[in-house]
Amino acid sequence: MKEKMTIIFFSGTMDKAVAALILATTAASMGMEVTVFFTFWGLGFLKKGRKFAGKNLFQRMLEIMLPKNRNSLPLTCFNMMGMGPWMMEKLMKQTRTPGIEELFGLAKELKVRLVPCSTSCGVMGADRENFIDGVEEPAGAAFYLKEAKEAKINLFI
Amino acid sequence: MQIDEPTEKRLLDCTGFFCPLPVVKTKLALESMKSGEVLKVTADDPGAKKDFPAWCSATGNGLIRTEERDGTFVFYIRKK
Repeated sequence: MKEKMTIIFFSGTMDKAVAALILATTAASMGMEVTVFFTFWGLGFLKKGRKFAGKNLFQRMLEIMLPKNRNSLPLTCFNMMGMGPWMMEKLMKQTRTPGIEELFGLAKELKVRLVPCSTSCGVMGADRENFIDGVEEPAGAAFYLKEAKEAKINLFI
Repeated sequence: MQIDEPTEKRLLDCTGFFCPLPVVKTKLALESMKSGEVLKVTADDPGAKKDFPAWCSATGNGLIRTEERDGTFVFYIRKK
């Protein structure tokens, strides 16, 4: 059986997404089966467009406040109303450091599994059709823990 | 003693790329090669010095030779 690694991507910020994608792509390049489990703020990474399906008032408020998609994630520090991520993107381009799109493209090529947390989807009012292509069916904690139990490396980012 | 010179089947230039691109590109390049063939990778990410031996040992591919010249590394990797 293939060795496994799992990552819980909880934070939903750009810098942490880069960290998660670097580790996911490298592990996959080493022949591991990698599963990224997207919970809570992490769901923002998988968004296709502005809208989630939720009709509840708070869910609509969340929909407005959450980033539009993976290219508009805030920074963990120095966000400065969006100036931070913009500067960071420029800086990464200048230094030829791989950004979100390049890393995510590689992750898909290396068949990294993308699994949204079903409970987070319920809270946020997100349906599967709100997510980009290639995202698996939502799953719960039991699915994650089974994967984590079989994996040698499990990270919470 | 005669040293077996590695004759590479393919060349992969990763100069200018930072981690994780050199090892990820190496993995993708090896996919289209046959077992026993040698891939020559050049990289100038300072981390490559430790990354390539680690990656080869984790994947079972053979790192048969490493060269270092002015901050550029050359790795000869024999596909498992």
